[in-house]
Amino acid sequence: MTQTLTRPKTVVPPPPAPPRRKKHRDPSRYFRLHLPLVLYLLFTLIPFYWMVVFAVRPAGETSLVPWPITFEHFDTVWNGVGFGLFFQNSLIIGVGTLITVTVFALMGGYALARFKFRGQKVFLLALLCTQFIPGAMMLIPLFVIFKSAGLLNSLTGLVIADTAFQLPLALILMSGFVRNVPIELEEAAMVDGCSRLRAFFAVTLPQLVPAIVAVGSFAFIGAWNNFLFALMFASRQDKFTLPVGLSYALGEFNTDFGALAAGGVIAAVPVVLVFAVVQRFLVQGLSAGAVKG
Amino acid sequence: MRTRTWAPYALIAPTLVLMGVFLVYPIASVGWFSLCQHTVTQPWKNGFIGFENFRRMLFEDELFWQSLAFSAKWVVVEVGLQLVLGLVLALIVNETFIGRALARALVFSPWAVSGVLTTGIWILLYNPSTGIFQQLAQWGIGDPGTSVLGDPATVFPATVVTELWRGVPFFAILLLADLQTIPGDLYEAASVDGAGRWRRFVSVTLPHLRDAIVLSTLLRAVWEFNNVDLIYTLTGGGPANQTTTLPLYVARKAVDSHDFGYGSALTMAGFVILLFFSILYLRVSKFGSRA
Repeated sequence: MTQTLTRPKTVVPPPPAPPRRKKHRDPSRYFRLHLPLVLYLLFTLIPFYWMVVFAVRPAGETSLVPWPITFEHFDTVWNGVGFGLFFQNSLIIGVGTLITVTVFALMGGYALARFKFRGQKVFLLALLCTQFIPGAMMLIPLFVIFKSAGLLNSLTGLVIADTAFQLPLALILMSGFVRNVPIELEEAAMVDGCSRLRAFFAVTLPQLVPAIVAVGSFAFIGAWNNFLFALMFASRQDKFTLPVGLSYALGEFNTDFGALAAGGVIAAVPVVLVFAVVQRFLVQGLSAGAVKG
Repeated sequence: MRTRTWAPYALIAPTLVLMGVFLVYPIASVGWFSLCQHTVTQPWKNGFIGFENFRRMLFEDELFWQSLAFSAKWVVVEVGLQLVLGLVLALIVNETFIGRALARALVFSPWAVSGVLTTGIWILLYNPSTGIFQQLAQWGIGDPGTSVLGDPATVFPATVVTELWRGVPFFAILLLADLQTIPGDLYEAASVDGAGRWRRFVSVTLPHLRDAIVLSTLLRAVWEFNNVDLIYTLTGGGPANQTTTLPLYVARKAVDSHDFGYGSALTMAGFVILLFFSILYLRVSKFGSRA
């Protein structure tokens, strides 16, 4: 607010602008911009296309533009192999992790951004240090903990493990987002008689919606994609997740590429769609300063 | 707001509990196990053995050194290529052109794909009978029946390309976010001073991106060092242990031979190496000194 008020004082006549190059007439743009972009798009999209073609192409055909398409492979993996159940398990774990990570990250992020408390620096340092802890190398002790807590072959156990490993980074990101919401708004609400809690829900939370969408989606994607924990801690087939089912499919379907591809499409569609919608928020959020803490 | 209340502690309590149980305690227990003989198959021999595991690792285990060497090669090649390609990609999609939002969503999309799914996709693409090389051979490019994953000469580049497909968007997203914070008048000022495109990139863009580059390469290096799911499912560490990384070796010790004590010693070695190089890297790059 104050900026807009003081700005007129500093306005000076702008220096004569340098003659602007007509951007779209510049032929070097084709080599600098369009050519590499098209090449990179091909590199990104051909593998996806390959998978989709295999998934909808009747077995035995080799056409690159299959028509008519078939859904027999989807039927095989969804009903025959059990990908329907794996999908459900992955969805439960993904949504569960989304909720716990988002709520705990909001709480912790708010604490870091809005309070000064003893041990704050140590806490922040500990959060950063967790980024160097390799999940793969923790499998042995985690397995022991899970076994003694009775969390093996349980979807709840996987939600807890995914939450524990994703929470630190989500919390750091969230504290950056909270810090970007002007504290004055909240203080004004508190002067007007709101409790801090009420001020948070009425004033700050609505401003954090893009941040919540971004952090929540990435928690979902991370949990949906997690392979090692699901492989190690859920060995019963009715608790398999999509990545685990796929990893077995990689071995079993060595000849049935159609089924493998259909399973891949099932695993890819939800996360790629979610990501396509939220990647904009991520870029905005990060450039708003979350990266620099 | 300087307050002395219990509120912040209550707010971070769930995080502290989760970190304590699932991160701090496991590290401590890995540290303890690394000094013990601990196998599931021979529990009567379990017990404290001092530094015996480390002696065995350093002086008798060739596969440890081999997997460590491959891990180093993997991290340097992957992170280097991902950084360069990610920076180029970020610069491209930071320009203004028609369909930019769609182009961004498309080129970033592999980021959301899991390691196992990436393997599935690329196995379809690489397979010798109906893969892309067979297709290219039909059009007269290359030989039919090329099996890039089965041939020791091509398995490394083939694995690197697969991980690049998924890894480049990470750098592109982080660097694009930072590119957008560069004030446009810096470039205008540089142009007025007669700086060409390359000069503007070197003198304005790169210095501004420095901290983001340092942070993203460090995070990514740790991540690639620890990356298991892609290599595990794509090559399984083969052929002939050629693509076995240290974490993959640990997982195999723990899962296949149930040798928890020795696996923990390998884990500690990985930790110390990561920690050492992270601190060294942050020191050398003088991270954060600009601010």
